[in-house]
Amino acid sequence: MTTTTPPVAVTGELATTAVARKRLSSPWASLTAIVIAVLWTTPTLGLFLTSFRTQDDIRVSGWWNVFLHPNLTLDNYRQVFSSGTSTDLSGYFVNSIVITIPAVIAPVLLASLAAYTFAWIPFKGRDALFVAVFALQVVPLQVAMIPLLQIYIKWLHIGGSFWTVWISHTMFALPLAIFLLHNFMKEIPGELIEAARVDGAGHVRIFFQVLLPLITPALAAFGIFQFLWVWNDLLVGLVFLGGKPETQPLTVAIQSLAGTRGSAWYLLSAGAFVSIVVPLVVFLSLQRYFVRGLLAGGLKG
Amino acid sequence: MSTFDKFEQMVIAVVAFAVVFAVIMLLADRIRGRSADRSVAMVFLVPTVVLLAVGLVYPAIRTLLDSFRNAEGTKFIGIDNYQTVFSDHDLLIVLLNTVLWVVFVPFFATAIGLLYALVIDKSRVEAIAKALVFLPMAISFVGASIIWKFVYTYKGAGSQIGLLNEILVKLGLPAQQFLLNWPSNTFWLIVVMIWIQAGFAMTVLSAAIKAIPQDIIEAARLDGVNAVGMFRFVTLPSIRPAVIVVLTTIAIGTLKVFDIVRTMTGGQFDTSVIANEFYNQSFNIGDEGLGATLAVILFVLVIPVVIYNVRQLRKADAR
Repeated sequence: MTTTTPPVAVTGELATTAVARKRLSSPWASLTAIVIAVLWTTPTLGLFLTSFRTQDDIRVSGWWNVFLHPNLTLDNYRQVFSSGTSTDLSGYFVNSIVITIPAVIAPVLLASLAAYTFAWIPFKGRDALFVAVFALQVVPLQVAMIPLLQIYIKWLHIGGSFWTVWISHTMFALPLAIFLLHNFMKEIPGELIEAARVDGAGHVRIFFQVLLPLITPALAAFGIFQFLWVWNDLLVGLVFLGGKPETQPLTVAIQSLAGTRGSAWYLLSAGAFVSIVVPLVVFLSLQRYFVRGLLAGGLKG
Repeated sequence: MSTFDKFEQMVIAVVAFAVVFAVIMLLADRIRGRSADRSVAMVFLVPTVVLLAVGLVYPAIRTLLDSFRNAEGTKFIGIDNYQTVFSDHDLLIVLLNTVLWVVFVPFFATAIGLLYALVIDKSRVEAIAKALVFLPMAISFVGASIIWKFVYTYKGAGSQIGLLNEILVKLGLPAQQFLLNWPSNTFWLIVVMIWIQAGFAMTVLSAAIKAIPQDIIEAARLDGVNAVGMFRFVTLPSIRPAVIVVLTTIAIGTLKVFDIVRTMTGGQFDTSVIANEFYNQSFNIGDEGLGATLAVILFVLVIPVVIYNVRQLRKADAR
């Protein structure tokens, strides 16, 4: 990049570096940055360290004492994973995985089809239908829950099963997913699709051979979005699986633990981190795509 | 159900979804001829339209109707439920709390996000600094609530295990039960949502700041504009549309969130908000009519925020 940059831009770049340097040297700016970073990190760090302390230590002294008298243990994690106890979270952990995977795959598949249709297949009433789908984003989940619950129980007889959450998460994700993927698909040059058509390709071939490879990053972005959303969801899990420990996700289990064992910090801290670790790994490893999706939705929405 | 059974169900579900997808593709591939576009579009859109109609449109209409019915959903009672919401003392506090949430969360999350984006812009540690503030976005509301419940935890008069009380005690002040007294307890809950959302604001606004054309900044700099002036006359006007999107997105998210209240206080001590009260009325108390009414009010509150957002964007586009 540097070899082809014209001289004007180079001076511009130098000037920016100078400004940046000046800004960095401003003690107030640095102080503000540090204060915010510390405020945003310390609460998590405190709970994280607590999850490795012994029950007795947690009860009598603050987590900051860990730096003076390190006395760490894995007992809390052992406890939340020991089978047979009332606080065993391993089953819920499995439930969360079982809930999340289909609830990510299904909306990605369906939304990519719908987004392709809205972006590249001309038909009468297309724009009106697209606006209607887009507008459904504003319906709060709360508005849809109870009638949906009745449909699951009375008509489909799937109350309390994984199917309720798979279908619900898919439905609720579609408006935003279609909107985001549509934005990405629209950016693809029309000549590419035109050329494929001239070659005699139908919509199915265009979808698979031309569009899908080009929008893979967008699919990844939305997939991560949906993954975090489903994994971290409480409302859908609570409403459709609330009374069923067999199928409930981690979030529901931990929320009820906070209600019933609210001062058992050795359980709550370890439990919280069991539920946090999976989204954190996904998030940190795929952050780039996630931010891309966020920006596409945030700025155009 | 054993772990194996659960995974088996999961595989069956994925295969079922894949089969539906494959059938759609096979059908669409056989369509040829003059009106092919129309037919293919229909085949592609059928599952989406059916799911949205069953999952969102029909339930929304049902809920609207239910909001005019009694607790059991058996009798039409006009606007009684709405009158209850706007006259009952406890429910009025719920409404007031919701207003506090929707005013304070977007404002502070956006302000802090913007401030942070500005001070770390072009710093050498920008990527790490961003990740630190962005990380709470990956944590569930339940997880974040437990993290903060621990910060606020109170332990009699003796040595504290909650960070905030430890700070108070170190400053010579008495330890407090932060989540007990209204209205301050609502503010302590609001802090959690601000903590989660600031990272989102920071990311979007940071991208907007970086998209400001270099020549505008250069010109202002040559005119001798100082840092504050640069922010007021160059940065802020340039990122105005992004700020509005961030404010409204966070406002909509805040209206709907109930996990924090549910996990930290369960809605006790006058901390409830509409979204939590909806759950409470619908599933704990069993008043379907009032639950539906609260859901409808939530919907009505979201609409003006969205309209404002769309209008501001139009204005920005026109300019």
